[in-house]
Amino acid sequence: MSEKRTGDWPQVRLHVVTGKGGTGKSTVAAALALALATRGKNVLLCEVEGRQGIARMFDVDPLPPEERRLTTGLPAEDGTPGVVHALHIDPESALLEYLSLYYKLGRAGRALDRFGVIEFATTIAPGVRDVLLTGKLFEAVERNSRNKGAIHYDAVVLDAPPTGRIVQFLNVSNELAGLAKVGPIKAQSDTMMTLFRSPRTAVHLVTVLEEMPVQETSDGIAELRAVHLPVGGVVVNLIRPQDLAADDLADARSGSIDRDRVTADLTVAGMRHERAIVDGLLAEARDHAERRALEDSQRTLVADLGVPTYELPRLPQGVDLGALYELAASLREQGMA
Amino acid sequence: MTKARTRVGPSGAASTPGTLPLTLDVDALIDDPSTRIIVCCGSGGVGKTTTSAALGLRAAERGRKVVVLTIDPARRLAQAMGIEALDNTPRPVADVDHAAGGTLDAMMLDMKRTFDEVVESQASPEKAKQILENPFYIALSSSFAGTQEYMAMEKLGQIHAQSGEDGTYDLIVVDTPPSRSALDFLDAPERLSSFLDGRFIRLMLAPARGPARLMTAGLGIITNALTRILGGQVLGDLQTFVAALDTVFGGFRQRAQKTYALLQHEGTAFLVVAAPEPDALREAAYFVERLSEDRMPLAGLIVNRASPAPSGDLSADESMTAAERLRREDPTSLTAGLLRLHADQMRMVEREARLRGRFATTHPQVATAVVPALAGDVHDLAGLRRVGLLLAGGRTQNNA
Ligand SMILES: Nc1ncnc2c1ncn2[C@@H]1O[C@H](COP(=O)(O)OP(=O)(O)OP(=O)(O)O)[C@@H](O)[C@H]1O
Ligand SMILES: Nc1ncnc2c1ncn2[C@@H]1O[C@H](COP(=O)(O)OP(=O)(O)O)[C@@H](O)[C@H]1O
Ligand SMILES: [Mg+2]
Ligand SMILES: [Mg+2]
Repeated sequence: MSEKRTGDWPQVRLHVVTGKGGTGKSTVAAALALALATRGKNVLLCEVEGRQGIARMFDVDPLPPEERRLTTGLPAEDGTPGVVHALHIDPESALLEYLSLYYKLGRAGRALDRFGVIEFATTIAPGVRDVLLTGKLFEAVERNSRNKGAIHYDAVVLDAPPTGRIVQFLNVSNELAGLAKVGPIKAQSDTMMTLFRSPRTAVHLVTVLEEMPVQETSDGIAELRAVHLPVGGVVVNLIRPQDLAADDLADARSGSIDRDRVTADLTVAGMRHERAIVDGLLAEARDHAERRALEDSQRTLVADLGVPTYELPRLPQGVDLGALYELAASLREQGMA
Repeated sequence: MTKARTRVGPSGAASTPGTLPLTLDVDALIDDPSTRIIVCCGSGGVGKTTTSAALGLRAAERGRKVVVLTIDPARRLAQAMGIEALDNTPRPVADVDHAAGGTLDAMMLDMKRTFDEVVESQASPEKAKQILENPFYIALSSSFAGTQEYMAMEKLGQIHAQSGEDGTYDLIVVDTPPSRSALDFLDAPERLSSFLDGRFIRLMLAPARGPARLMTAGLGIITNALTRILGGQVLGDLQTFVAALDTVFGGFRQRAQKTYALLQHEGTAFLVVAAPEPDALREAAYFVERLSEDRMPLAGLIVNRASPAPSGDLSADESMTAAERLRREDPTSLTAGLLRLHADQMRMVEREARLRGRFATTHPQVATAVVPALAGDVHDLAGLRRVGLLLAGGRTQNNA
C-alpha cells in the first residue's frame, strides 16, 4: 500500500460495527464506509437485519439481495474518491445461493423453499441463519481469483446485530455445535472463524455516554475477548456540544454564572436582554452542565476500556446524506479510516 | 373537528402551528377502574420498560392494585424494584406509597422458564422431559425470534386468569420485548404457531402413506439435502422434536388465540411509546394503523425522551448570529457559548416538533403525551415517579 495515511486499522479488511440498539450502529457503519472509500478503493457496506436501513439513509430504493453500487466515497485531500457498494444480506436468498453454489441443488433448492424448509432452517435454528449470513460476508471479504468478474473489495463494513447478540452472531462454529456437530456447514463455519478471529477483522462498538450503553459496551468487549474475537475501537456517538469551558460548566451547575456579564454581552451583541431571556439561558446552561457532568463520568469509563475511541457530535438537525459525509470526515480526521 | 385540548406548560410549548394533537390524559386512563390491562409497545430503546414501570408505580400510588410485567429492565432499575431474581413470580416492590390504598407488584419475565412451564403443563412428564432436552427445543425456547413475545403474552394470560379468580390485581401493566419493530409483539405469536403448524413440520409428521407418495418423494430430496448440509444426527433430533411437540401443540395455538382476544377486549389499553426520531415515529405509525385494523384499543402515543423546550423565544438563527458576533471579540466568550447551546437546543426542539407534527397530521385521532428526557438514566423509584408525573402532564397529585 502506497498511501501516506492509512488510519488506525490498516490491516483490517472486515469492520464489524455493533453497539446497543439505537446508539447509531447503522449511522456509524455508513459513515465509516464513506470514510474508507477513498483513492479509488472499493468498500462494501452490508446489512443483515432485513430493515433496509442503508436504503433509507442513502435515500435509494430498497436494496435487492445482491451487491450494487451505492455512492461515491469521501474524497481524499487530493480529491480522489472511492466507491461504496451496498449489500443487503437476507438469510433466505443466502441459503438458496449457498445450496446452488455448493450442492448444485437447483431443483431441490426450490423444493426446499416450497416445503418451508428455508423458513424452517432460517428461523428455528438461529445458528444456521447466522452461518448463512456470515458466510456471505466471508465470501465478500475473501473473494479471490476464483470468483471472476466480481468486485474485489478493499474493505467490508458490516452494520451488525446489537452488542447483546454479536458474539453469538460471529462465533458461528460454537453456536452450531449444539445443532450440527458434523457435516459441511460445520467445516465451513470453522474456516469463517479463522477470519473473524484474525487481525483482519475488527469489531467496533458504538455507544453513547449513558450508563446502560457504556456498561453494555464494557460487557461486550469482555465477551468478545473471551472468545478471541478482535475488539476494534469504541465510537462514542451523539456527543453534546462542547461550547462551555470547564470552569463555566462548574459555575453553571452551581448557579453562579455572573448574570450581569451575560446581560452586558447580550447588549453588546445587539440582542434582547430582558430578565426572562437571561434566566432562560442560565436555566439551559444548568441543565446542560448537569448532563455534561454525567457524560464526563461515563467518558472516563470509556477511556478506561483501553481501546481507541472516536467521538461523533450529536447533530441537532438529524442525519441526512450530507450529514453522513460530515460524520465520515470526522472519523477520518480522528484516524478511524 | 375533534376537540383538541392543548396543554399549557413546558412540554406543550413546541407543537407546530396547525397541528394540535389531542393530549393524552394518563391519569384519567390509570384511574379508570375499567382499565384492566395496559400494554406499552414501541420499537427498541424508546423507553417501554421505563414507561411501564413508571405507569405502574403511579397507578399504584393513586390507589390501584397493580402488577407490572417487565421484560428487560436495566440492572439498576431491576435492583431498585427488587426483581433481579428471575423467579417468574410477581413480588411486592418496596418503598411504594400505600396511602391511597394501592399496591405494586413487579416481575421480570423469564422467557425460557415460561415456555418450559407451558410444555410441562401440556405434556406427560416423560414427554415433557423429552421435549425439554431436545436441542431444537432449546434453540426455539431461548432464541427463536418471537418466543419472547409469545411468552410475554402467555404470562399476561396467566396473571390475568389468576387475578380474575382471586382479585389480587385490578391493573396489569405489560412491557413488551425489545424487538426492532413494535408489530412483532402482535405478529410473533402467530408466527410461532404458524411455524409449529407449518408445511414442513406437518410433512415430517406425516406417515408415508399412499396419497402422500408424491410428497414423500419431495421429502426424500429434502431430507437428503438437509442430511448433506447438517449431518444426519440433526435430522433425527428434529424428527423427535417435531413428534414430541405435536402432542402439546394444539394447546399452544389455543392459548395464543385466547390471549389475543384478551388484547382486543375494551379493558385493554395500548400505549405506543416512541422517541422523537423518524424511525421510531414511523414504527409508531405502522403500529397505530395495525391496532385499528385488528380492532385493538389504542389509548395513545407517548413521545419519550423529548428535548426539553427552552423557555425563552430567542430563535436559533438570532442566537447564532449574536454568538458569532461575540466570538469575534472574545473567542472564549461565555455568553457566546450559552447562545450556541440555546441555538442547538432550539434546533432539536424544532425538529422534534416537526416530526411530531407530521405524525399528528396523519394520525389526528391519536392522543399524545410528551415526556422530556431527564438528565440521567431512570433507575430508582424517585426517577420513576418523576417520569410518571411527566407522563401525566406535569401536574402534581393534589391538583390532579
Ligand atoms: N451523530 C448523530 N447526530 C444526530 N443524530 C444521530 C447521530 N447518529 C445517529 N443519529 C440518529 O439516531 C437514530 C438511531 O441511529 P441508527 O439507526 O444509526 O442506530 P442503530 O444503532 O443502527 O439502531 P438499531 O439498533 O435500531 O439498528 C437515527 O434516527 C439517526 O439518524
Ligand atoms: N424520559 C427519560 N429521561 C431520561 N432517560 C430515560 C427516559 N426514558 C427512558 N430513559 C432511559 O433510556 C434507557 C432505555 O429505556 P428502556 O425503558 O429500557 O427502553 P426500552 O424498554 O424501550 O428498550 C434507560 O437507560 C432509561 O433509563
Ligand atoms: Mg441500525
Ligand atoms: Mg425494555
